[in-house]
Amino acid sequence: MLDSGRTEETLLEVNNIEVIYNHVILVLKGVSLSVPKGGITALLGGNGAGKTTTLKAISNLLHSERGEVTKGSIMYRGANTQGLDPAAMVKTGVIQVMEGRHCFEHLTVEENLLTGAYTRSNSADIARDLEMVYTYFPRLNERRKSQAGYTSGGEQQMVAIGRALMSRPETILLDEPSMGLAPQLVEEIFTIVKDLNEKEGATFLLAEQNTNVALRFAHYGYILESGRVVMDGPAKELRENPDVKEFYLGMSDEGRKSFRDVRSYRRRKRWLS
Amino acid sequence: MPDSLLFGTEVLLNGLMAGVLYALVALGFVLIFKASGIFNYAQGVMALFAALTLVGIMEGQVPFSHLINAAFGTDIHHFGWHVPALVAIIITMVVMVFLAWAVNHFVMRHLVNQEPIILFMATIGLAYFLEGFGDLMWGSDIKKLDVGLPQGGSFWIEENTQWLGFGNENFYGFFLDKLDLVATVIAAILVAALVIFAQYTKQGRAMRAVADDHQAALSVGISLNFIWIMVWSVAGFVALVAGIMWGAKSGVQFSLSLIALKALPVLMLGGFTSIPGAIVGGLIIGVGEKLFEFAIGPYIGGATENWFAYVLALIFLVFRPQGLFGEKIIERV
Repeated sequence: MLDSGRTEETLLEVNNIEVIYNHVILVLKGVSLSVPKGGITALLGGNGAGKTTTLKAISNLLHSERGEVTKGSIMYRGANTQGLDPAAMVKTGVIQVMEGRHCFEHLTVEENLLTGAYTRSNSADIARDLEMVYTYFPRLNERRKSQAGYTSGGEQQMVAIGRALMSRPETILLDEPSMGLAPQLVEEIFTIVKDLNEKEGATFLLAEQNTNVALRFAHYGYILESGRVVMDGPAKELRENPDVKEFYLGMSDEGRKSFRDVRSYRRRKRWLS
Repeated sequence: MPDSLLFGTEVLLNGLMAGVLYALVALGFVLIFKASGIFNYAQGVMALFAALTLVGIMEGQVPFSHLINAAFGTDIHHFGWHVPALVAIIITMVVMVFLAWAVNHFVMRHLVNQEPIILFMATIGLAYFLEGFGDLMWGSDIKKLDVGLPQGGSFWIEENTQWLGFGNENFYGFFLDKLDLVATVIAAILVAALVIFAQYTKQGRAMRAVADDHQAALSVGISLNFIWIMVWSVAGFVALVAGIMWGAKSGVQFSLSLIALKALPVLMLGGFTSIPGAIVGGLIIGVGEKLFEFAIGPYIGGATENWFAYVLALIFLVFRPQGLFGEKIIERV
């Protein structure tokens, strides 16, 4: 049902936004996408395609990096969110898990999780959610008292996701969860994401370079290239699409390709223009 | 007991008391450094400013009187009332909170995500601004601060420790300053309160989170502005306490801002990020410099108190750069 993507209620709508850093560097040149409630939407593309910038534009974290949305609009549940600060965004129900994990290194795992509940005040609810996070991430339960800085990369990614969950979000913007992790751990993390999506009804917008994994778990995908959406569709269709197969999944009808292959270069060029 | 041992003990006790005062100043540094990674050069000046404001309010001085008189040709200096110490302290605290807001609003807010050195430079600028502003507001003359803290030596301790001499006729009991004793008690309470705040409260946890990672703290919905105003306010409060203690001891004057330089070796010793470290560091430096002066000073010409702390700090920098209690520098490979 969800594989068809847009049939459900739309939560987040990004309309043709343009983002400029430091008043000169144009990073997004008109990105539009919509995130349906209860779905996993993937934002795919290589380095510098604008995935992270798109997520930060949504969560309003751009400002502290001297970035600015200069055109277009971002609507959440039909209301424009561009004037909100990140804290207000979290209260609205949108939280970002940043690329590279960003744990609070000197806080313990449990303290890290509790900071996620900063915007909430009901301590009974918070305690219950803490247990919920521990059931999804049993590993964190084992390490609850250790300093987050000394946990492994996979555990830190779990801390970052768990911390976001503690804010009781409706939508989680997940930036590059697979970064620097072993394939087995990537699989584990994505399985948990899928679980959270199905059991807790959390909506995900995830940015990924690992197209293969992302398209297996997501319902709908957008492909970004140098600040533009070049293709979008249900994950299943994208997986079957010959261009996606060739350029992002490294497969083609004619078997393995060489980088010297001219035809592939021509096709790529036509696609971008 | 022999004279030198008794005298040495008294030196040790006095060193501990001096150390408490160093620790009070160092505490203010630690707080801001913990929460924002900024080494706040202006902490000493904040203590001066707090003490100036306190005296000014207590004496009913008209702020900016020189400026007003020059501009309007008037001749006003005092409102003609005296405010009780406790009320004046509360008003001063309000002023310090306002100062915290102003620092954040006009300076720090615009420097999010900048290099630490840029933030440090900003605090140097702040120090000089605040120094001049304090002068302009309250005048530059030396003032006496009397908030009703006990002064002079404690006869009770002197009388009750006399027996320690075991009949030694040169010993009249330990001489300890009452003010120092009060300072010790207040510092202990302050430290306990701050440790509890930082470790066990929601805002304290948020403060430590901000110290670790500004961006991540923002992303979970912690308002950096709020945390920074809070931290600068607490640092302002600590500066006020330090200002009261030092001001009561040696008068409110410009040199009060130089106690910041005494706090530097304390921080190197105790670690820039540890509240207990600031205390232990302060005590070690206080005791160390007094005992060193007492025991070794006479052989090398005295006046060792000026440099002893720095040499100690240098030795620490070589063998334990994070200080005694500083957070371990986490480096994952």
